[in-house]
Amino acid sequence: MTAAVARPGSDFFFRRPGLLTLIFLLPPLLWIGIVYLGSLFALLLQSFYSLDEFSGLVLHEFTLSTYGHLLEYSNFAILLRTVLMAAAVTIASAILAFPIAYYAARYARGWSKALFYLAVMMPLWSSYLVKVYAWKLILAKEGIVTWVANQLYLGWLLDAVLALPTVGGPSLSISYIGTFIVFVYIWLPYMILPTQAALERVPKTLIEASADLGATPGQTFRTVILPLALPGIVAGSIFTFSLTLGDYIIPQIIGNSRPFIGSTVYALQGTAGDIPLAAAFTVVPIVIMGIYLVVARRMGAFDAL
Amino acid sequence: MQNAVSFQHVSRHFGAVRAVDDVSLDIAEGEFFAMLGPSGSGKTTCLRLIAGFEQPTSGHIEIFGTTAEGLPPYRRNVNTVFQDYALFPHMTVGENVAYGLMIRGVARAEREAQAIEALKMVKLDGFQTRRPSQLSGGQRQRVALARALVNKPRVLLLDEPLGALDLKLREQMQDELKALQKQLGITFIFVTHDQGEALSMANRVAIFNEGKIVQAGAPSDVYERPRSRFVADFVGSANVLTPDFNARHGGEKTWASLRPEKIRLALPKEKLPTGWTSATGLVTSVSYQGAVTRIVITSEGNRIAAMVPARDLTTSEGDTLTFAWPRSAAVAMEDA
Repeated sequence: MTAAVARPGSDFFFRRPGLLTLIFLLPPLLWIGIVYLGSLFALLLQSFYSLDEFSGLVLHEFTLSTYGHLLEYSNFAILLRTVLMAAAVTIASAILAFPIAYYAARYARGWSKALFYLAVMMPLWSSYLVKVYAWKLILAKEGIVTWVANQLYLGWLLDAVLALPTVGGPSLSISYIGTFIVFVYIWLPYMILPTQAALERVPKTLIEASADLGATPGQTFRTVILPLALPGIVAGSIFTFSLTLGDYIIPQIIGNSRPFIGSTVYALQGTAGDIPLAAAFTVVPIVIMGIYLVVARRMGAFDAL
Repeated sequence: MQNAVSFQHVSRHFGAVRAVDDVSLDIAEGEFFAMLGPSGSGKTTCLRLIAGFEQPTSGHIEIFGTTAEGLPPYRRNVNTVFQDYALFPHMTVGENVAYGLMIRGVARAEREAQAIEALKMVKLDGFQTRRPSQLSGGQRQRVALARALVNKPRVLLLDEPLGALDLKLREQMQDELKALQKQLGITFIFVTHDQGEALSMANRVAIFNEGKIVQAGAPSDVYERPRSRFVADFVGSANVLTPDFNARHGGEKTWASLRPEKIRLALPKEKLPTGWTSATGLVTSVSYQGAVTRIVITSEGNRIAAMVPARDLTTSEGDTLTFAWPRSAAVAMEDA
């Protein structure tokens, strides 16, 4: 034995593989356990306190009255508005993302695949705020959308859309339609990528087998491709739905300035100083996402995983 | 009898690659037909042309007298057992088998009954509620078979159906497939690179090389009388005798094939029966293979393998050995 150099450390861990795993996992476990779950728990706790209306101080006593405030008309309208917006953004993202993801997974090869990744990822490289303000200019009454519509003699169509009750407004940048467009733009990559990953994992022979067994392309799409892509679409919808539920910047910059959950939390914890109500508002998206996941699981969205 | 499948000068090119190159072929109804060849020889592309996953670049294909070009897979009365089985992971075994029936709009109760019947045929009854991921490779293979057969196709295509199974299971499935084909009487066309599988299962074999059929015929015909050096070598690794060697030992001055099992060992001055001939050479390797021993002898520049019963063996490497074979066993063939 001449070549063997003593490596007591390596030998020690070789005999105790579990210990090495533990050492590697300890920092992330501490992070998740204390920093992440701990703060989440603190948040949850806050939502069961209430604000003393006279002193403006937080009463550290357990009560459900803060949650009761959520059901008041103005607060409930915020919840409803946000959930409807998130649902609309998610559905639109799924519909827009699917053909792009399908093309990338099935047909794009070599340079066209590289181009796809570049096109999907590049918007994520630039600042979120810059993009939102850019959209403000694009959608403004003096912006390029109005200009193009007028050049195409479609100004009347834009006016008709803006004249719609509730969703319309004086211009796209000051309407729910504008908020919706920007939300879809900002979150679309988060829908495309998981959908594309799910479609990529569908073997070509499954599609051939379906055709071989007599299914037309439409039937194959409904019975094989869509069910197998569903976990990806659900994963994407978790992103688009929860990101829209929590966003507080876009509704402040683009739209009719009516509050969403995010902007309400921002206002409550800042100027209003009502931490318990802010916490209660924050709990709502968590509960909605929990219910959503359970329903998706019941419907078999994860069967193909 | 009507032809189940007919190829007339069919070619399929992928850019510069001639995957299938001017193939003409008739497969009769009820035949168990094997397409045998090394990988990339065009046999799988031929199968895909019949299934409809590929369209010919030129030529004409008929399935039961109907023109197949331009007909999509879902309009053909042909079903395929895929090499990787291609079972739908999000459906149960029963739903997989009933898939073709569901597509055709067969009522639920009826298709479930038929699926159970098909699963019985492949000895998997009671598995309908399981998921494909819960099955072994051999079981998945049977499900794939049941899923194809439940549609009562007129032609069943099998793409390397036994490739992923271990030896014992493979032999068992060979017997079962043969019995099933006899019982159902439908045309089976299967692709394989395993010559033993092709010879033991098929009524007729076509040997593919570089996109062309180099020989077609009954298994015994192809095995006993290979027409070219490629076939001799690919189907059961026959010895290839050079024209000179063949001429010196009672044959014509052409290339010839000689099956290793036709050779027996002889004594140096032994009087051979009429019609026999012998040669002497140096033993270069001896390998024990259970029932037989394979001896490789170098004689007059030819490398000749002989399969002899193990009990005959009293030789080892470096010995000089005389071996004999009937002249009729050396079959003349083209130089290719």
